[in-house]
Amino acid sequence: MSDQDTILNDVTQSEYKYGFVSAIESETIPKGLNEGVIRLISAKKNEPDWMLEFRLTAYRNWLKMKMPEWAHLKIPEINYQDIIYYAAPKQQAKYESLDQVDPELLETFNKLGIPLDEQKMLSGVAVDAVMDSVSVKTTFRDTLAEKGIIFCSFSEAVQEHPDLVREYMGSVVPPTDNYFAALNSAVFSDGSFCYIPKGVRCPMELSTYFRINAANTGQFERTLLVADDDSYVSYLEGCTAPMRDENQLHAAIVEIVAKTNAQVKYSTVQNWYPGDKNGKGGIYNFVTKRGLCQGKGSKISWSQVETGSAITWKYPSTILLGDNSVSEFYSVAVTNHHQQADTGTKMIHIGKNTKSTIVSKGISAGQSNNSYRGLVKISKRAEGARNFSQCDSLLLGDKCGAHTFPYIECENNSAILEHEATTSKIGEDQIFYCNQRGISTEDAIGMIVNGYAKQVLNTLPMEFAVEAQKLLQISLEGSVG
Amino acid sequence: MLHIKNLKAGVDGKEILKGINLEVKPGEVHAIMGPNGSGKSTLSAVLAGNGRFTVTDGEATFNGKNLLEMAPEDRAREGLFLSFQYPVEIPGVSMVNFMKTAVNEHRKYQGLEPMSAGDFLKMLRDKKQVVEIDDRLTSRSVNEGFSGGEKKKNEIFQMAMLEPKLSILDETDSGLDIDALRIVANGVNKLKNANNATIVITHYQRLLDYIVPDVVHILYNGLIVKTGGKELALELEAKGYDWIKEAVKV
Ligand SMILES: Nc1ncnc2c1ncn2[C@@H]1O[C@H](COP(=O)(O)OP(=O)(O)OP(=O)(O)O)[C@@H](O)[C@H]1O
Ligand SMILES: [Mg+2]
Repeated sequence: MSDQDTILNDVTQSEYKYGFVSAIESETIPKGLNEGVIRLISAKKNEPDWMLEFRLTAYRNWLKMKMPEWAHLKIPEINYQDIIYYAAPKQQAKYESLDQVDPELLETFNKLGIPLDEQKMLSGVAVDAVMDSVSVKTTFRDTLAEKGIIFCSFSEAVQEHPDLVREYMGSVVPPTDNYFAALNSAVFSDGSFCYIPKGVRCPMELSTYFRINAANTGQFERTLLVADDDSYVSYLEGCTAPMRDENQLHAAIVEIVAKTNAQVKYSTVQNWYPGDKNGKGGIYNFVTKRGLCQGKGSKISWSQVETGSAITWKYPSTILLGDNSVSEFYSVAVTNHHQQADTGTKMIHIGKNTKSTIVSKGISAGQSNNSYRGLVKISKRAEGARNFSQCDSLLLGDKCGAHTFPYIECENNSAILEHEATTSKIGEDQIFYCNQRGISTEDAIGMIVNGYAKQVLNTLPMEFAVEAQKLLQISLEGSVG
Repeated sequence: MLHIKNLKAGVDGKEILKGINLEVKPGEVHAIMGPNGSGKSTLSAVLAGNGRFTVTDGEATFNGKNLLEMAPEDRAREGLFLSFQYPVEIPGVSMVNFMKTAVNEHRKYQGLEPMSAGDFLKMLRDKKQVVEIDDRLTSRSVNEGFSGGEKKKNEIFQMAMLEPKLSILDETDSGLDIDALRIVANGVNKLKNANNATIVITHYQRLLDYIVPDVVHILYNGLIVKTGGKELALELEAKGYDWIKEAVKV
């Protein structure tokens, strides 16, 4: 091993901070997947018939589908019969007050820095906390309700706002969209639902915090976010999981609908357990996220900081249907050790004068592989469409890989498309230069990586930008070389 | 302040430094000259702790501490500064952030609190004047897109900021225009005092007209083959290296 590798190794071998397991009794159903299991999940959630039908149709479609193989990923065979599809903290599913919540469960979220006690909350952030399959607690619901904003768990939305759910669920990501979307539509357990009425500017950040705790379970949540005309909302999701030797499956769906002049900002700080430094364990993260800029002048912005998961397969996308609609995608994806990420976006321009911006920053260390995959599609009627794409890759060491797969389909000659790409390496020389000025290798890498990712970190809500910055440095600890 | 005894070092099994002896005292200026490839930059890199080179024999102490056992960042914090022959570009990291981190790391090592933003900016302003560095440069990323001469100026600016005990200037004069050479040399002189020392690596007498050395060494083929006063540099300027090479062969 060269000196450089030794240095890199030292800096990137830090431990995953959120890897604890909480001693919470949970109720699980038997392993395996069949129509009976789906009926059981639906029954446990006391769902109406239309919901069960939705699930069963999705399941029957999924059976006919094949796992996608086009991504630049080595995905070990997944035994879908070996997964538990429903796990819930044992207690009543809905808490009237915090006193009824298992203290261990509250403690878990406290440890994660997500206090569910509204007094203690970061001011200006409402949280929906999802543990394993079930939403534990949604804070600030009453405050939001005064403005007509609905922010609750998906299960509650099915019971209390069935018309809204029926109208929009599956309208952006149809159950047949892809293999993992079909699986999710069949077995999804919970998630968040959010509706912002016409003309309302959501007064606080909304956020969903996902935690996988139980062993051998998959997590399949879905988020549905509808922003009515002239409304605004900023939404953030975060996620962590205990360290376990086996791989766990996470297959989520996020759907966003933005109506006329509505603006939605969707930020993700993804920190699922990435597996250990030898590549053992970790979450398989197969996620379908898509927004529909349905109305004229609407805007959807995606910001993501992806540092976790053993495998990430994720392409937050936007369909720019309304004329003059705008979408942005800002992404930092870090892979270290044996992590693999294939992530990017799709911008589908349909409306006139639609605009999209893509800024993707990949950082690879260790023996990891990091791919950007993006599609910019300009349809025939998208007169005057514009896209700017920038895809940068940063390498630490020489055993990792960075790849970019930009695809362009353009059917309208008036479109203006720009694409820039760079690949750079944190060199031994740069690190030594910093060392010579009294800066440790770890700090040097943190400084360089944060400088590189600044453009994306700046798009995150303030409270989370600082967290994300630290997270970047931590995820690269023990990887410097 | 710096004692080097029989220092041998190389890379990938190839020996480059073959037994260097050198002693530098506070207040002194030493010049090291020598033909291309003789090992001057290697010596500075080894002293600064560049992990690319392996030390195979010998000793080096700095302020009474074993230099060779220290991490490169600790050598810097102890007061060893290297002005690089080829300064490195670090895109995305602003000069201001870089210097602030460096200065505060030095302070931490000395048990001092981090500098306040106000004091830091004042220091930045003062030190910029030492080398008459352009304001535009300090608002950019470290060395990114700097011209060759600007990079060299920036090295001396950093030296001014960090106030080292021992500065090794590796061909800081190359790439500087005539005016810049004078400015940089004056800057170095201004920073000089009875408690610090400078090692100037150069090919040209020109620089030594400004920074007048107490001792001149000739490094050839990994060894210091001749040591003299400032007149040795003049002799080299007049005669070249052939006579040295001849003398060594014998
Ligand atoms: N990383 C390396 N790998 C292999 N050889 C090296 C390496 N670094 C230096 N050398 C060799 O060591 C010898 C000394 O190089 P060094 O850079 O120290 O010379 P120098 O005296 O500074 O020369 P110059 O006056 O041209 O700057 C040269 O032959 C050079 O090729
Ligand atoms: Mg040299």
